[in-house]
Amino acid sequence: MAAPVDVHAEVLANTRLSADYNVLVLAAPAIAGTARAGQFVMIRTADGTDPLLRRPFSVFEVLRRADATPYAISILCKRVGVGTSRLFEAAAGDRLDCLGPLGKPFTTVGPPSEAWMVAGGVGLAPFATLADELRSAGTRIRLFYGGRSHTDLFYLEWFESRGVALELATEDGSRGSHGRVTVPLERALSAQPASAGLTLYACGPEPMLKAVADLARRYGRPSQLSTERIMGCGMGGCYSCVVRVRDDEGRAHFVRSCLNGPVFNGDDVVWE
Amino acid sequence: MKADLSVRIGSLVLKNPIIPASGCFGYGLEYAEVVDLASLGAIAVKGLFLTEREGHPPPRIVETPSGMLNAIGLQGIGVHRFVREKMPELRRLGAVVIVNICGSAISEYVELARILSDVEGVAALELNISCPNIKEGGIQFGCDLASTAAVVSAVRKVTRLPVIPKLTPNVTSVSSFAKAAEEAGADAVSLVNTFLAMAIDVETRRPRLSNVMGGLSGPAIRPIAVRMVYDCARAVRIPVIGMGGITSARDALEFMIAGATAVQVGTACFVDPFIWTKLLAGIEDYLERHGIERVADVVGTLQTDRA
Ligand SMILES: Cc1cc2nc3c(=O)[nH]c(=O)nc-3n(C[C@H](O)[C@H](O)[C@H](O)COP(=O)(O)OP(=O)(O)OC[C@H]3O[C@@H](n4cnc5c(N)ncnc54)[C@H](O)[C@@H]3O)c2cc1C
Ligand SMILES: Cc1cc2nc3c(=O)[nH]c(=O)nc-3n(C[C@H](O)[C@H](O)[C@H](O)COP(=O)(O)O)c2cc1C
Ligand code: FES
Repeated sequence: MAAPVDVHAEVLANTRLSADYNVLVLAAPAIAGTARAGQFVMIRTADGTDPLLRRPFSVFEVLRRADATPYAISILCKRVGVGTSRLFEAAAGDRLDCLGPLGKPFTTVGPPSEAWMVAGGVGLAPFATLADELRSAGTRIRLFYGGRSHTDLFYLEWFESRGVALELATEDGSRGSHGRVTVPLERALSAQPASAGLTLYACGPEPMLKAVADLARRYGRPSQLSTERIMGCGMGGCYSCVVRVRDDEGRAHFVRSCLNGPVFNGDDVVWE
Repeated sequence: MKADLSVRIGSLVLKNPIIPASGCFGYGLEYAEVVDLASLGAIAVKGLFLTEREGHPPPRIVETPSGMLNAIGLQGIGVHRFVREKMPELRRLGAVVIVNICGSAISEYVELARILSDVEGVAALELNISCPNIKEGGIQFGCDLASTAAVVSAVRKVTRLPVIPKLTPNVTSVSSFAKAAEEAGADAVSLVNTFLAMAIDVETRRPRLSNVMGGLSGPAIRPIAVRMVYDCARAVRIPVIGMGGITSARDALEFMIAGATAVQVGTACFVDPFIWTKLLAGIEDYLERHGIERVADVVGTLQTDRA
């Protein structure tokens, strides 16, 4: 994997998608050129020391020029606190320190003949690059995408235009099936013949990841989960970001998700 | 002419005074892709016990104004795996390795010192008698003068490596601990470790760390750390290694003027893993601007008389 670089990246655009979501495009050719789906960047949201630490964000899209050279990345950002609120206010022309690409990407070797991506809310973030990677490998892709309401579902045309089949779910029933995204997922799994080369990829809140891992196991499918932890450094220095995983001998250990993840094999994760 | 950045810690000569702080730089190898480890004065690796340790459950860190609290709980691979799995690569990369050791009894520090003394490439031992996050992390040694002296002299007897007890700021008079360490045979002291601290989520009325309390580090602690380094440097003749909230060359020089022979940088490298070249360039620039040939000549040059 390419060594991470720290880019003083110009904000090319900041598009507000809703009251709580925005997409930030950052000029970062050195990161865009090597980033793989599932990897993340650490962004410094303030110049001073408050907030002090960087914040982790998945690489949402890799943007390319007409001749296909990558020149920028985008991040999909959900406003939750002080750092993400600053990113909401960033204007085109501002510069942000952006360290990456970091972490282990999704495994797309094989590649699977079919990929089902399961996203909860901002958990959509790693799946645009993953869809691009898998599409060029000829994989058939379905996106199971859940949110609280239809206003929490973004980029649907983007995925449709790339031939991704959409299965939507909202907790208020305003779009797609009513309830959690794991409901249509389970329906689809039970309808799928067991022999097909299908891999599940999931990113979202922890209860969703656990449910996807359980379903994957029950239906005998491999799953890869992108986990979310509070990260101090993103480089393996601080040991803040640990996830409990089982090793080859079945023993559980805390491992750093910024180095050994954020993507883990669903069977390996031990839920707290 | 390029300034001479070398400094001396006991028998150890460092090519420059900049050292990543223990617990903030993994075992060094995590950063080998982004920094030439041989370009640093030394690296202080993550605290090691005799055996592997699992650490505390997350959340392990929380941010506070200009600082952070951590309660990692000294997760670590243990000394044997460190020697087997990490040291060969650290040697190959030319790192000057200060091993930070922790124990729950004096005999454990002694055993660790014995094991590490025979390992090629280990340059010094930093005795962590100051981790506030775990009961057995040596803090009981670091908060009692007689115990501090006892750990230092016991380790002193079994190793030729420089012995550097790392002092806790969670005591009333740090300088008396520095003195006790000096008298017991320490080659240097390092300070400060983190300040025992806590943060509460007022909505849920719950502590923000799984361990309830943690250690405060980062720029928020710098002025207190500078004062403690100043006090200790005046109290002892052995070198003092200073740290606490350093984020720039200016901050590092502040510690050196207060009396630190070398400095460690922890939290700031989470924010900027490339900080090291900026620190070194900033120090060189300062020396040139002030016409100082050797960085060692900056140490302890605080002017307190009124002009
Ligand atoms: C590998 C990885 C990839 C991520 N990708 C994205 C992404 O693409 N888009 C996106 O919007 N977010 C992403 N996140 C989450 C994002 O990093 C956090 O939302 C952000 O750090 C919060 O910063 P803040 O300053 O706004 O919140 P703070 O003001 O620091 O905290 C506000 C609240 O959010 C909680 N919080 C803080 N950090 C996290 C965290 N990492 N996970 C869960 N809760 C947290 C705090 O405990 C607090 O309750 C990712 C996280 C990880 C670990
Ligand atoms: C996440 C974290 C882990 C730490 N682990 C250790 C450790 O293992 N051993 C130790 O002696 N000090 C440890 N420390 C303390 C630092 O080495 C340093 O003394 C302290 O953070 C103050 O410096 P800073 O403000 O530059 O970070 C740790 C600090 C942090 C933030
Ligand atoms: S975020 Fe620091 S070790 Fe993972």
